[in-house]
Amino acid sequence: MGYEPQVDFGTPAVHSDTTVTLSIDGRDVSVPAGTTVMRAAAMSGGSIPKLCASDNLKQFGSCRLCLVEIDGMRGTPASCTTPAAQGMVVHTQTEKVQKLRRGVMELYISDHPLDCLTCSANNDCELQDQAANVGLRDVRFGYDGDNHLGAATDISNPYFDFDPSKCIVCSRCVRACEEVQGTFALTIDGRGFGSKVSAGLASDDFLSSECVSCGACVQACPTATLNEKAVKTIGKPERSVITTCAYCGVGCTFRAEMRGEEVVRMVPWKDGKANRGHSCVKGRFAWGYAKHQDRMTKPMIRNAITEPWREVTWDEAISYAASEFKRIGAKYGNNALGGIVSSRCTNEEGFLVQKLVRAGFGTNNVDTCARVCHSPTGYGLKNTFGTSAGTQDFDSVEDSDVMLVIGANPTDGHPVFASRMKKRLRAGAKLIVIDPRRIDMVRSPHIAADFHLPLRPGTNVAVLSAIAHVIVTEGLADEAFVRERCDMDEYRDWADFVSDPRNSPEFLAPVTGVDAELLRGAARLFATGGNGAIYYGLGVTEHSQGSSTVMAIANLAMATGNIGRRGVGVNPLRGQNNVQGACDMGSFPHELSGYRHVSDADARALFEAEWGVRIDPEPGLRIPNMLDAATDGLFKGLYVQGEDIVQSDPDTKHVVAGLEAMECVIVQDIFLNETANYAHIFLPGSTFLEKSGTFTNAERRIQPVRKVMEPLNGYEDWQVTQLLANEMGLDWNYTHASEIMDEIARLTPTFAGVSFARLDEVGSLQWPVNADFPDGAPIMHVDGFVRGKGKFIVTEYVPTDERTGPRFPLLLTTGRILSQYNVGAQTRRTENSIWHEEDRLEIHPSDAENRGVHTDDWVRLASRSGETTLRATVTDRVAPGVVYTTFHHPTTQANVITTDNSDWATNCPEYKVTAVQITPSNGPSQWQEEYDAHSGLSRRISAEAAE
Amino acid sequence: MSEGYHVDTTAKLVRMVNQIEANLAHDKDPVSTVADHIHAFWTVRMQVQLLDHGTHELGPVGVEAFKRLARGIRSPHQMAATDPKDHGADGG
Repeated sequence: MGYEPQVDFGTPAVHSDTTVTLSIDGRDVSVPAGTTVMRAAAMSGGSIPKLCASDNLKQFGSCRLCLVEIDGMRGTPASCTTPAAQGMVVHTQTEKVQKLRRGVMELYISDHPLDCLTCSANNDCELQDQAANVGLRDVRFGYDGDNHLGAATDISNPYFDFDPSKCIVCSRCVRACEEVQGTFALTIDGRGFGSKVSAGLASDDFLSSECVSCGACVQACPTATLNEKAVKTIGKPERSVITTCAYCGVGCTFRAEMRGEEVVRMVPWKDGKANRGHSCVKGRFAWGYAKHQDRMTKPMIRNAITEPWREVTWDEAISYAASEFKRIGAKYGNNALGGIVSSRCTNEEGFLVQKLVRAGFGTNNVDTCARVCHSPTGYGLKNTFGTSAGTQDFDSVEDSDVMLVIGANPTDGHPVFASRMKKRLRAGAKLIVIDPRRIDMVRSPHIAADFHLPLRPGTNVAVLSAIAHVIVTEGLADEAFVRERCDMDEYRDWADFVSDPRNSPEFLAPVTGVDAELLRGAARLFATGGNGAIYYGLGVTEHSQGSSTVMAIANLAMATGNIGRRGVGVNPLRGQNNVQGACDMGSFPHELSGYRHVSDADARALFEAEWGVRIDPEPGLRIPNMLDAATDGLFKGLYVQGEDIVQSDPDTKHVVAGLEAMECVIVQDIFLNETANYAHIFLPGSTFLEKSGTFTNAERRIQPVRKVMEPLNGYEDWQVTQLLANEMGLDWNYTHASEIMDEIARLTPTFAGVSFARLDEVGSLQWPVNADFPDGAPIMHVDGFVRGKGKFIVTEYVPTDERTGPRFPLLLTTGRILSQYNVGAQTRRTENSIWHEEDRLEIHPSDAENRGVHTDDWVRLASRSGETTLRATVTDRVAPGVVYTTFHHPTTQANVITTDNSDWATNCPEYKVTAVQITPSNGPSQWQEEYDAHSGLSRRISAEAAE
Repeated sequence: MSEGYHVDTTAKLVRMVNQIEANLAHDKDPVSTVADHIHAFWTVRMQVQLLDHGTHELGPVGVEAFKRLARGIRSPHQMAATDPKDHGADGG
């Protein structure tokens, strides 16, 4: 599509069952009651000049440009603050209002630089547009009076500048920071002529302030005051392509605004149903990694991981890869081979990798990174509700009365959705947080959690049992709902279990560390506070009882009747942009696409007929089991697409040992990641900007990914998989990703109605999309659970094997921060590193004092698995006895510390509970030094070029 | 980098079964549920590895579950991959 700015209707949309009809400049317009005159005019194809109004912000009425005349109404009301009324007659272009508008513009322009031709916003500036609209011809005040033209530009933020000399103090940026983002970092300092936008204190600039660099202010700014640096250097975009972000599971849609093949900026798409026109620093600004100097574009091979890489042609690399895998299959059997599906690549790419493994390698040894994050979600929700996914869409939060956030840190992990949560909380919803740390949502501007339960890591099930105990024993359960929708016998068994005094808050307080009365209050609030929605993350799943916790959450939702409508539900906050999709596509060793077990003969028959091969009816190996089998000499070849298991998986020494034991490791990625240190074949991958396909976000929303530039490596990732498949003897002929989706739709009942054409037409679809749900299903289990009756499953607290003791007296838990993303492969290669250059260990003041540790000191972090060294931050965000770190930097080697403990049902690693000790240190650990040396050697590329 | 690193995969399997048993203690038919769980999620080779080791380190439910699994597992040669020729790849 060409470049056109997104339509701005001026004031927010209003939903009403009542319609009013008014006349605007002689045209009859019918709009929902409550719609402003400004929006009504825009909806009818007209436009009223505006500067302070924007349709994602509440009306403000400050610029006075939108004045109109209304029959029977005195004066010249502002159309942005005047609701449309039945029979109203509006005149938008009378001589009087035109004169007033020119006068307003004269005032604005009298204190504004006249450098349009050299300004970065030239031809993309609302002030310029409105000056033209009102017919401004001269400024009678002249330019010799007091002005702000000498104000200095704040260039502190790496992505945008703030030039106050161009500011018209419309307050859109301040309001965007408040209403859309919810950070309240900006304010208008001073009064009258002295008014100016300020990012915090007078001593703050944007970088030092509380600004989280979401870009909402830049998007809101009608002038060049807040403008992307890229626009200044590259120029105005000339076309735009709508695509989906490749970072987190929110799945924001953006307009990739291009100049040629260069991305100028990523602007949130206002019609994106996941993000509703908002973004975070990562999706908005941190896309430059696609052209980072570390980006790999040429295939490479080597005989041994101790040799340097040798660049080769694609033909040679694919031929070598196929011959190695055929050799291994022939020598050791097909079950010595396997693949890992990426949670960052598209649905189509994930589908092809599992197809290659099943149809090409002849095994079910395929897995995905969901293994280490939300595999318990799939297990737990499938068993209780019948569907391996969340129950709501993001919009549902607008009707929530009580939010229970457990094991999640939305402001850091899912920031755009967190902004929506905060908006609802500011409007009066209540908040319960269950987390060992005082996450930002516990207390942030205009938000305070009604209850924060700072539980001891590893005691989720105990806390949830105690909450259930209160709800059942105090008669707060919704038994009418249960009777209608669930198995009553199973409910009674569960109710009897949780009612046992051993599940009371008082009995469990010594275990959980949570005050009993505090817990009782939280339970009562959830059960009686209205629509209760549960949001959870990896602080639930990455435990030895991850699946049990998910099922306990499902039990709570059913017991309180909080399923099957807006405002409620069980909402797993999926981490990666396409981890939901990867799971949907059959990336698990026991399931085909659509979550059908490989033993399901009917499902297998469908695939066997389509693919012309026999599918193994026995489950294959999960990632940790692949590594175990490798160390046992039974697993020899691995194809890894878009994953970095050396950095992201637990117990690094185990991962490395497994990889070193293999004979052929193929890594397909955009960078030489840590796993590539142990690879024999490197196939360069493509970024989300260089391919077409779909991602599925945490809401089950399937959204298009559209290519905006040709892949630097020459192929989209799915094309590379096809090359490998055909070299291995398969006969694939996909010419476009849409053909792969068509195959997915043929084989996967929940995707039956999905196609690229359909997605182009409607923007996105939430599965299931089939005859029963032709337009998708935003809310699930509305009339009944997918499995029929909801199943209550008794979840008894079983303590983790990981215990503290004299040697390791502290508990380590891990998480993410806003500016970096997971292993940091993308974000570390952008300017985001300015906010988080290293992983830090958070330690409570009392624990720090006992050890003589201060902020910025180097400390040794040791567990029974290994040790590493990093710098400390002393903070009371963590409780005594608990320490916390992130895992964004490979040099930290955080997963050297984590153990092989895992969820009983899915082997999801217990990242959140590791017994550790902290001691002062003066240098890196031996492992870090050895790893660093190996990594350096492994990354050598021979100077001999490919022919 | 992994010289000297050793993982006892059989001990891991034992631990996994005991962990499954502990978490399914309240199931109405724990033996069936544990057996079904292992059958659904473990490879045949993993099940045979544990059977070859013996079930003496398992809890009572695990022992019974593996008795059932042992009856259902096909002959050891089935642990090997299906014939590569079934999947269109040539064997060489």
